[in-house]
Amino acid sequence: MQRSNTYIILYTLALTVFCGVVLSLTAMGLRPLQDANKEQERKINIVSTVVKTEGMEKDNIVKAYDEMIEGFVVDFNGKVVEGMLPGAVNIPKEYKKPLQERVFPVYTSKSKENPDKVEFYIFPLYGFGLWNNISGYVSLKSDLNTINGINFGHVSETPGLGARITDDPAISERYKGKTLFNEKGELQSVVMQKGEGNNYDDAPHKVDGMSGATLTGKGVNNMLEDYFTAYQNYFKTVTNTQTTQK
Amino acid sequence: MSTETLTAPAEKVKEPKEPLFSKKNKKLISNPLDIDNPVTVQVLGICSALAVTVQLKPSFAMALALTFVTAFSNLFISLLRNTIPSRIRIIVQLAIVSLWVTIVDQVLQAFAYDISKQLSVFVSLIITNCIVMGRLEAFALANKPWPSFLDGLGNGLGYGAVLMAVAFFRELLGSGSLWGFKIFEGMGLAYQGNGVMLIPAGACLVLGILIWAQRARNGYFETE
Repeated sequence: MQRSNTYIILYTLALTVFCGVVLSLTAMGLRPLQDANKEQERKINIVSTVVKTEGMEKDNIVKAYDEMIEGFVVDFNGKVVEGMLPGAVNIPKEYKKPLQERVFPVYTSKSKENPDKVEFYIFPLYGFGLWNNISGYVSLKSDLNTINGINFGHVSETPGLGARITDDPAISERYKGKTLFNEKGELQSVVMQKGEGNNYDDAPHKVDGMSGATLTGKGVNNMLEDYFTAYQNYFKTVTNTQTTQK
Repeated sequence: MSTETLTAPAEKVKEPKEPLFSKKNKKLISNPLDIDNPVTVQVLGICSALAVTVQLKPSFAMALALTFVTAFSNLFISLLRNTIPSRIRIIVQLAIVSLWVTIVDQVLQAFAYDISKQLSVFVSLIITNCIVMGRLEAFALANKPWPSFLDGLGNGLGYGAVLMAVAFFRELLGSGSLWGFKIFEGMGLAYQGNGVMLIPAGACLVLGILIWAQRARNGYFETE
């Protein structure tokens, strides 16, 4: 059917307004629920680097978070930024700033026997995989060198290949016990290798790769190095106070 | 993918007092499940059929999402069919499809966060799924709302059925589980997952065999 140009323009206009209104209303209405999901996910990710959460009810994990985990924010120099909650730090937004200008959340989990001693330090990670952003949390033992647990999230890595960083528990298992610094105290980070099925038990800074997902692996490596570098100053302030206390 | 010739069903519902589930209308649902299946017969929507079928659970969510989108986009376009200027009809269809897809995406993020993370980009890619646009062009533009709604429902279910069938084999052979339950371990057998089934190539194999089996049974041949 042939219609006049005016009709077509008005029709487009009406359709655009209609779609716009419907979508804004849906987005606004669902926002609180979506935010709650993300907050829950953040807590679960943090707790799961410290304790085994498999098979646990989500509510119980969140409860465990509230009991175990404390958090604060530091700047690039390792100084605590007062009056900032770690949950309020928008990590993707911070990621866009230069490393020196970012603020970084730090979470701690105190030991059960000695409530003054921090048993684990947990740090968020953020980077870029093959297609889009990847993220994660890593927990370090109190020496701030040995990886206790790690988990990854991703926006759109290839299912079955790069997406294994999230889906395949064996991947994060490979990082356990690896160390960040060599004997001289230089940062080596932990680097995922190319190829899969090799044994890196004796190499403290290497983990087995993911076959078919080398580029995602590279993204993970960059992310780890980036954030370990960023937290290095904070590590120093902690180890300094530890030695002076002794 | 958009060049397929879709044989638009010739039936035009004209009698005003047709029962809601007349023979014709029932066929709108049952045909896409078998002899006119959008995936195996018309070979549409292959992209997501390869991508999300590693496990049953996300496939099921994807099937539901697509069924919802096709059904309601069909309904909407059919309601608007006499007002849509033909020169911009494709973009109008796209706008309506995107509207529903975005709503589905938002709802999943709010109520089924884990599944929405697993499906990641594929929910938004429903917009480009040829089944949706194909049905709008071939059916909804020329038919009344109720049959269009049924047609969308039928095609979504037909797509979903194939998705579930592919996912069944891929999850069983690839990870040795069904719906997340370790089947072989439950039976006390050790099972080494088949890696091919976990990558999209595995879906290609399963889907190919499925198409062959179904066409052989129905005696369907490509005509030049």
